[in-house]
Amino acid sequence: MNATRHSTASSSSTAQRWWAIWAGLLAFTLLCYLLKDSFPWLFKYPRAWTWPLRFWISDFMKWLMNSLDFGLFTFREATRFFSWIIEQPYWVAKSLLSSGFLKGQGSGAIEIFPRLPWVGVIGIVMLMGWKVGGRNLSLLVGACFLYLAAFGQWDSAMTTLSSIVISVPLGVFGGLLLGIQAHRSAHFNQALSPILDLMQTVPVFAYLVPVLILFGFGPVSAMIATIIYAMPPMVRITILALQKVPDEIVEFGKMAGCSSRQLLMKVQLPTAKPAIMVGVNQVVMLSLNMVIIASMIGAGGLGFDVLNALRRLKIGEGIEAGVAITLLAIALDRLSQAFANQPQPAQILTSQSLLQKHPYLLASAGIAITTWLLGLVVPAVQIFPEEWQVSTGSFWGDVVRYININYFDELDAVKNFLLLNIMIPTKRFLLSLPWVAVVIGVSIAGARLGGWRLAMLAGLSAIFIATVGLWPKAMITIYLCGLSVIIACMIGIPIGVAASRNENLHRIVQVVIDTLQTLPSFVYLMPVVMLFRVGDFAAMLAVIAYAVVPAIRYTDHGIRNVPPHLIEAAIATGCTKRQILWKVQMPLALPEIMLGINQTIMMALSMLVITALVGTRDLGQEVYIALTKADIGRGIVAGLAIALIAIIVDRLIGAWSNKRKRELGIG
Amino acid sequence: MNYKNIIKSTVAAAMMSLMAGQASAQSSDPIKLTIHDWTGQYVTTHIMGEVLKKAGFNIEYVQADYIAQFAGLETGDLHIAMEMWETTGKDAMDASLKTGKTVDLGETGMDAKEEWWYPSYMKEKCPGLPDWKALNKCAEVFSVPETAPKGRYLGGPVTWGGFDDERAEALGLDFEVVHAGTDAALFAELESAYQRKAPILLWVYAPHWAVAKFDGEWVEFPEYTPECYNDASWGINKDMKYDCGKPFGWIKKVGWKGGEEKWPGAYKAVRNFKIDNDEMGKMIAAIDLDGKKLEDVVAGWMSKNEARWKAWIQ
Repeated sequence: MNATRHSTASSSSTAQRWWAIWAGLLAFTLLCYLLKDSFPWLFKYPRAWTWPLRFWISDFMKWLMNSLDFGLFTFREATRFFSWIIEQPYWVAKSLLSSGFLKGQGSGAIEIFPRLPWVGVIGIVMLMGWKVGGRNLSLLVGACFLYLAAFGQWDSAMTTLSSIVISVPLGVFGGLLLGIQAHRSAHFNQALSPILDLMQTVPVFAYLVPVLILFGFGPVSAMIATIIYAMPPMVRITILALQKVPDEIVEFGKMAGCSSRQLLMKVQLPTAKPAIMVGVNQVVMLSLNMVIIASMIGAGGLGFDVLNALRRLKIGEGIEAGVAITLLAIALDRLSQAFANQPQPAQILTSQSLLQKHPYLLASAGIAITTWLLGLVVPAVQIFPEEWQVSTGSFWGDVVRYININYFDELDAVKNFLLLNIMIPTKRFLLSLPWVAVVIGVSIAGARLGGWRLAMLAGLSAIFIATVGLWPKAMITIYLCGLSVIIACMIGIPIGVAASRNENLHRIVQVVIDTLQTLPSFVYLMPVVMLFRVGDFAAMLAVIAYAVVPAIRYTDHGIRNVPPHLIEAAIATGCTKRQILWKVQMPLALPEIMLGINQTIMMALSMLVITALVGTRDLGQEVYIALTKADIGRGIVAGLAIALIAIIVDRLIGAWSNKRKRELGIG
Repeated sequence: MNYKNIIKSTVAAAMMSLMAGQASAQSSDPIKLTIHDWTGQYVTTHIMGEVLKKAGFNIEYVQADYIAQFAGLETGDLHIAMEMWETTGKDAMDASLKTGKTVDLGETGMDAKEEWWYPSYMKEKCPGLPDWKALNKCAEVFSVPETAPKGRYLGGPVTWGGFDDERAEALGLDFEVVHAGTDAALFAELESAYQRKAPILLWVYAPHWAVAKFDGEWVEFPEYTPECYNDASWGINKDMKYDCGKPFGWIKKVGWKGGEEKWPGAYKAVRNFKIDNDEMGKMIAAIDLDGKKLEDVVAGWMSKNEARWKAWIQ
């Protein structure tokens, strides 16, 4: 009792000290405004002081791409060899699903063996669904693939699928290996963590050109870009899952005389498998999210159809192709989820016997061969007949047109209200802040939440952004993403809470957020531009639509995971439903909700590439300009600035959430 | 030293032989033509592709981003890009040509018309149009709350250049230049305004389906001369450049340098390729507005212009 009282007393005096520090910062900021005329550099970082980092990076990249020679072979030869290796399985998948087996290349190629007919593909995926999830899953997967055929998306969808079936396993195994290594070595883990942050937040456009030169222009580069973006969650989840393997099980393995390799393969991985499968799902989702960008660098497929349709403002065609991407994601996701939830064999230590798999493998081969042969005689089996195809035609275009003609003024009034009263003032305020005060502010926040190391990290990151001359664009980024995150949380958290308390709502919400995560933003961005004009408001809507997903998902998940005995205890002490929510569930779910907010921020920042497309003037635009000017260094520096904003926010929120956890005694 | 060289060449040879399909230097390798996400470029590329096929070359169409493609053209992963527009691609193209790995294959014969544009119904609301001097009188008509009392002009993406901010200042126009992020966003706004018959003033270019679909006109600025862009004292504003309209922009073809030796005949044909704005505009309209198939439109052009394209490949 005494100890508690002491600590509260000392923490209240610490709190006072911190208030004094914050008041000092405020006074300093006001002083800056007073001295604005004599010391303009407090506000505007002088161009002459800018650090020429981007030129150094450009030179380094040129050297890496053109000159680096290991003696036996050059760096580029090595990377090209690597991409040749990846190309081989891709070629098999593509021949099987999309192009057919060809002799020769280009228009001179001769088909020696046709691709798998659409009937065969649907048959095989339905069989897979049946095996891992029963009749319902089989029908769901079949329906998703039937949509691809019926809406005339088959060819593009199979092109996309052939790169997905290669890049997803590569991402999964790469992530698994890195995760295992990080689990074994703390040093490796420490070095890996910031790299994962960079992989997730530096926009692809920033490093696109070097990747294209090193790995060649085509599907392989697209797959590599996809893997870079989609792999980090897999690594993180693997590390977490291995840490969570109960010590007793590991001890038991050791007592049984396992070598460390056996321990990993036979004990740790099988036990962690259900958790690891969550990572697989994330790889699937994020890989399909990259389809648009992949199509810009030679992967073709559905992403290209979306871009092409919207370039011609064929909203309906864009939606049809976009929905095809979403359905492909849902089919693959549900299959992998069911695979993870399959009943485990009774003994964890023995893997499933191969014999059990045989009937399905044989049946799949049977379907393939039968439909192949049938396809030679009946063309409709080989290629979905054009006259059976359906389309939404001009329906979606007409919907947008109707809203545009009848409700534009009302929508415009809402937009103008928000823009003039909230968005523009926020933007002006952030742009007017003296950068020196902001740097000090984030350092103080770092010191308060996580000690001097965090203070250094946050302060130096902020200084970096100022010294490379990107301060105003960074402020616009923070304004746009910050407001979007606040609104996304205000919408997402209540929905998450509601979904956690109602099964039906939960199921509907699940489909909606999966759609938001995989439907290319471009599909809804163009209608948004039609209704709200280009500019920050349209950009903000697009960011919110994408970033709201984790806010919903993690809140829902967090509240559901509150241990039932605590809720029973609350009921026993006579709490009302409302009290249970506010006094038990919300506080206990807070760490998960915080993780959701953190992911919301990450997603908002990763949308910057898209916001540049509707004319915002943030760091995303800087990356985009650098791409069109073929300026590698400029793009990478701007990408790093985005990543540093993400890292500052992530570490601050992480530190805050750890502090809360300790205070609640659940850390 | 010698020893090292031997190992080096052995390793290189081993890698090369594994990658044989890509590296063998025969002219029966496919020539990779890039296709982007707009119809006009589809048409030019497919006409070129069909012509090269008739000449016996092996052709492959590769979907690639307009700007990102330079990375592929420089390394020889891609070979020919049929449309590089002065306004939108000059920076990237110049940077690429400077590396010495790509080669300028000359103009396509089409001229890109780029200018401020408004739908015809705006003439009622702003009677002095198309003369640019009328713009200031109806700046309010074109304004929105963020720009009021100034008018709003929707310019192209900042990467397109075009000097619109400078033009507005030099000509003393009471307009704020708002930059769209992409071509798609630009025309999405036009479509929206056109549906509502609402005021809009924006950057439009041709050849493009929009000028065929929407009824409208270009603003008439003082005519462009090179002096206007170079000499501040020229024109109405004695102290500023850019007090005139925009020049016509070229649309060029670009190729991988190495292809010149690999397929000399094909590169010659690409250099010879010429087509004009009118026939292009008609083909774009046939595809985008009348819903005709690309293959049919291209085949139609091929059969009508046999003498022309045969001359390209001789």
